[in-house]
Amino acid sequence: MSTRRTTTERLGIHAAQANAPHESRAVTHAGAAEVEGFDPGARVTVNKAYKMYVGGAFIRSESGRYFQSRGASVAGSADPDVVNVPRGSRKDARDAVLAAKNAGDGWAARTAYNRGQILYRLAEVMESRRDELATSLERGGQDAEQAAREVEGAIDRAVYYAGFCDKYQALVASLNPVAGPHFGFSWPEPMGVVAVVAPERPALLGLLSTVLPLIAGGNTCVVVAGSEDPRTAVVWCECLATSDLPGGVVNLLTGQASEMAPHLAKHREVVAMDVWSADADLRAAAEREGSGNVKRVRTHGHDETERLPSDAGQGLGFIERFLETKTVWHPVGV
Amino acid sequence: MSGELKKTSEGDAVVPALDFGRAWEYAPSPEATDHVHIAPRQELFIGGRWVAPRSGKYFDTSSPSTEEKLAEVAEADERDVDDAVQAARRAYDRYWSKMRGGERAKYLFRIARAIQEKSRELAIVESMDGGKPIKESRDVDLPLAAAHFFYHAGWADKLDYAFQGRAWRSLGVAGQIIPWNFPLLMAAWKLAPALACGNVVVLKPAETTPLTALLLARIIEEAELPPGVVNVVTGAGATGAALAAHAGVDKVAFTGSTDVGKRIQRAVAGTKKKLTLELGGKAANVVFADAPLDQAIEGIINGIYFNQGHVCCAGSRLLVEESVHDLVVRKLEDRIATLRVGDPLDKNTDVGAINSKMQLEKIRELVAAGEEEGAERHTAPCALPTKGYFFAPTFFTGVAQSSRIAREEIFGPVLSVMTFRTPDEAIEKANNTMYGLSAGIWTDKGAKIFWMAQRLKAGVVWGNTYNKFDPSSPFGGYKESGFGREGGRQGLLAYTELA
Repeated sequence: MSTRRTTTERLGIHAAQANAPHESRAVTHAGAAEVEGFDPGARVTVNKAYKMYVGGAFIRSESGRYFQSRGASVAGSADPDVVNVPRGSRKDARDAVLAAKNAGDGWAARTAYNRGQILYRLAEVMESRRDELATSLERGGQDAEQAAREVEGAIDRAVYYAGFCDKYQALVASLNPVAGPHFGFSWPEPMGVVAVVAPERPALLGLLSTVLPLIAGGNTCVVVAGSEDPRTAVVWCECLATSDLPGGVVNLLTGQASEMAPHLAKHREVVAMDVWSADADLRAAAEREGSGNVKRVRTHGHDETERLPSDAGQGLGFIERFLETKTVWHPVGV
Repeated sequence: MSGELKKTSEGDAVVPALDFGRAWEYAPSPEATDHVHIAPRQELFIGGRWVAPRSGKYFDTSSPSTEEKLAEVAEADERDVDDAVQAARRAYDRYWSKMRGGERAKYLFRIARAIQEKSRELAIVESMDGGKPIKESRDVDLPLAAAHFFYHAGWADKLDYAFQGRAWRSLGVAGQIIPWNFPLLMAAWKLAPALACGNVVVLKPAETTPLTALLLARIIEEAELPPGVVNVVTGAGATGAALAAHAGVDKVAFTGSTDVGKRIQRAVAGTKKKLTLELGGKAANVVFADAPLDQAIEGIINGIYFNQGHVCCAGSRLLVEESVHDLVVRKLEDRIATLRVGDPLDKNTDVGAINSKMQLEKIRELVAAGEEEGAERHTAPCALPTKGYFFAPTFFTGVAQSSRIAREEIFGPVLSVMTFRTPDEAIEKANNTMYGLSAGIWTDKGAKIFWMAQRLKAGVVWGNTYNKFDPSSPFGGYKESGFGREGGRQGLLAYTELA
């Protein structure tokens, strides 16, 4: 652990102070708290530690910092209302870029059919975990009906992109009728490592809508999850981890986008960036800092985020914007 | 060292140096220029009128081959740029955005035809102002410029097919900044797709080569495009910066150096402007031992000495499989001895004048760095004209990957030769650059070409050929060679917003 960090930062005291103190226990008389109906014979539930997902492993921040994510109570859920979530650091972002870079060649070299099957497998895993995903969304503030609908939309989006993995090439590639004795054609290739500042809302469908087209196109990515409902993003990563997706293809960081995104914009191994749910300053910073390696930076305003849940939130354009075109020429002759 | 290499090294007996004696001397064959008139003072083309710059300032454009002044050219400042952007906006609102695509198309067809009709005049002025050999301006730049307008004209009423049913719209005012290496052709690459997609343009040509863009403006005037649809503002870097920074510009398109490209990217950050960049390169031209070597030599020569090496996609790093290195070097020495360097207007000239004194100094500096870093210099034994900016075709052997001449874009007739032993090593070395514009592969095996093409991080890959261009063929880079494509269906994305 770095010695440059102050003790308070290391212990995450800043982050804890940002959240109001926990008030679920009523004070009945001076000096003692009581829980109504406490049953000493009952089973104690096992609480999950929420972690970031990097290189196929669930990890804490190297910085040791955390922030507290507060959620609504959901009947029947074992999860506590308040959980500690890693507050990712610049070093975490660098590690995630390395994981994404290392996974890049292997992922791009998979057949399109294989990528499609893996995304379909993701849909299968999500379907079987739909209750868990919906509960997480409810805890993040959705009502039960909204949550169920969002999960269904997210699963359907996974199916949509599963079927796109071996189609977009035919739609964006070209045979170029050049004026001369040459055979010329252009095909799409993935750009490489793409950094994503994910939309805050919808927490699940927005995340899938931005990440899935990237990986369908053969890119790998580093995603900074929204900070309003980071739990759902982590639960989704548990689906990724069990769906044959190679580790490092999707790397998810939790914490503050304002802290990590400018650093990702400066990173020379990050070739492109997709910035959602960021304020104008952060969007401009990403565009400015991205110029260091001529990064392909896309930023999106609130109106575009609003459209994500609809059919306008999916399509060829979402894949195409993070593809490179490679043109090949060869003479024709005998 | 393999036995084969030894045989080749000793092998001056096998492949002797060619001695041409006096057989390679040609009588001069200059293109007549008497019918070309260059107006001594060139104004700005704004809102369909030729106007003097508000500052009253003019700069000289001269011929790099004679160092003689050709004309004085208006220097546009922020006020002139503002006039041009406003004229363009009016033209967009009143005319161009309201027209049917098929009608826009006919204007572009007119421009293509007029370029063909005036191609001799344009080629001569291009060679006078920029220094490129007349055979290249006549046989490459001009036909391609006309073809770009002809090709994109046809798209103007078929854009609904171009994007798989997605709704599209034009962007508005495009500010386009173009370089000096292909002055007219780059204007065509920029203008044709922008206009076809319903945008209007303010074009800023390079300060050393403004004349053909102004002749193109004359063609556009004669083709009776609505006033303000195309505006041309001449000037240097400050004019370009003012254009890129103008709040009324919806789209910035730039071709030029990676340094300037990054500055433009920073300048448009935080705005709603769309941006495409076509920047520098340091292309690997990879020659395998199984390649048809004599064809490969021609491809290497064309790859680096075409247009004096002032080509962003020039094959400036030659990667040769080790076993044929000595043979390739022997053949390259022979071949550069036959290149005719001199008067750009002479129809026999292969290598013309370096575009400017500044560029010549940059080339000399990098060549000196190559010598200092211990690479072996091979320079064509040719006499250079006493006037004008010339540099003899040169290549270096024994170049380290870390050397400046292996990393930096020289943008001149200078090639760096390196070796490799395995295809994996070739890929590793070829991709070991911040650039990613183009690459070449020379081999007899089709499967090897595709294996290489898949792994080269470059936007254009030429297999057993080099430096081929076509309006139907998307051109543009990976990595720090920029983003966006020019040409083909893919090039239309740079000038449209899709739903």
